[in-house]
Amino acid sequence: MKNLIEVQDIKKNYGKKEAVKGISFNVEEDEVLGLLGPNGSGKTTTIGMLLGLLKPTSGQIFINNLKLEENRIQILEMINFISPYIELPKKLTVKQNLYVYSKLYKVKNIKERIEYLSEKLRIGELLNSITGELSSGQKNRVSLAKALVNEPKVLLLDEPTASLDPEVGDFVRTFLEDYKKEKKISILLASHNMNEVTRLCKSVLMMKNGEIIDQGKPEDLITKHGRTNLEEVFLKLSRSKSEYN
Amino acid sequence: MSITRIYGLFLRHFYLITRSFPRILDLVYWPSIQITLWGFISNFFATHTTYYNNAVGVILTCAILYDFLFRTSIGFNMLFLEEIWSRNFTNLFIAPMRIGEILTSLVITALIRSLIGLVPAILLTSPLFGISILDLGIFLFFLFLSLYIFGITLGILVSSGLLRFGPSFENIAWSTMFLLAPFGCIYYPIETLPEIFQKIAYVLPLVYIFEEARNILINQTVNIENVYYAFMWNAFYFSLSIALFYYSFNAAKNKGTLINMGE
Repeated sequence: MKNLIEVQDIKKNYGKKEAVKGISFNVEEDEVLGLLGPNGSGKTTTIGMLLGLLKPTSGQIFINNLKLEENRIQILEMINFISPYIELPKKLTVKQNLYVYSKLYKVKNIKERIEYLSEKLRIGELLNSITGELSSGQKNRVSLAKALVNEPKVLLLDEPTASLDPEVGDFVRTFLEDYKKEKKISILLASHNMNEVTRLCKSVLMMKNGEIIDQGKPEDLITKHGRTNLEEVFLKLSRSKSEYN
Repeated sequence: MSITRIYGLFLRHFYLITRSFPRILDLVYWPSIQITLWGFISNFFATHTTYYNNAVGVILTCAILYDFLFRTSIGFNMLFLEEIWSRNFTNLFIAPMRIGEILTSLVITALIRSLIGLVPAILLTSPLFGISILDLGIFLFFLFLSLYIFGITLGILVSSGLLRFGPSFENIAWSTMFLLAPFGCIYYPIETLPEIFQKIAYVLPLVYIFEEARNILINQTVNIENVYYAFMWNAFYFSLSIALFYYSFNAAKNKGTLINMGE
């Protein structure tokens, strides 16, 4: 299977602080890779580097075989990102926001694309609503629509279901599963929701203090660490100092 | 450069302005108040001083020109700040937009914002004070163009600061024009300034623009040298601002400002 994301020994230093200490990993086509780790472990920094928002201190990133440093625009056309920490312009209607971003991503059939996403994400009735007046669940689905407006080959998700009620959270997870199955996209998922990671991810990377401290399929990690679920593995690795530091 | 993407970013701000009546009112209100105030002041000076006897609308014309500069500069900064305030900054910078496309779109949008405020203000001057800024003739276009370029230049410089230092640089955005205004010789001839200030004023395009506006209105002559120097200094500062913006963008990528902006 072709690698859509290839990360080769990337490091990121902020002055003397090493936020990411030379990590390497690949994400294959049609794969969901989970990026796990406690706060401050380097997940957001890693995602920032993949999005071209942060320049690695060293190392290389390839997306769809293109070197990020030299092909930023071409790569940004084929990836997208969702995070609860960034929002769409609040004063615009949902439709206006989706239209604006369709233009920024040079989407060809904007009307059809918005209609398709509205139907799939059940936001048709929200299209004329002011984005800032939506509930968090509605905002989340609209942000997801924006993130899919360019039919990305690679989707980066940072806590995509944080602060959502279980029903909306489940809807989003089911949608992502179906969408991935249909479009064969690659997803890098950073999440603290271990059930979500177990459900969606084929394999996971465990990060701590800027390093990858373990990786593998969720079920393999559970067996390897002698635990009953991924959350227990996460806690074990997060709390362990001697073994993994 | 993609016209589609430039248009897309323009639309984002166009929707924002047209959706909100208070925003439109805000754009129109301040220039109109400013011009009305300066209109009465200039009327007073025109009847009580000999210097302004030959051109009743000198102060008012300069007030309009200065307001255009101020609105352009602030308008550009506002567009950038809107992205930070709405926490949309990251979305914008992960969209496949070149820096040139972002700047071009903001430059066009800033012009439209300024014109929304300026046109009603200019229209007010004629019935209220019997003054037309069109008395500056064809050179009005060059003076406006010069001010527009300098306003945009200041906007880009401040936005570079926002990119590099984050939202904490916001206060500077509001004060830049006030800092430069004394050196611009907007309402008085350059000889009014102390010698050391004159030296500073001569390396800014503003002094040439406002001196020329006064020259045309008072002496009814055109000193093309002023227009030339204004454009020369504008070209220098504009190039500098673009270079600084690119530098700040790269610095922000190293520092991580882009990913934390708005938080």
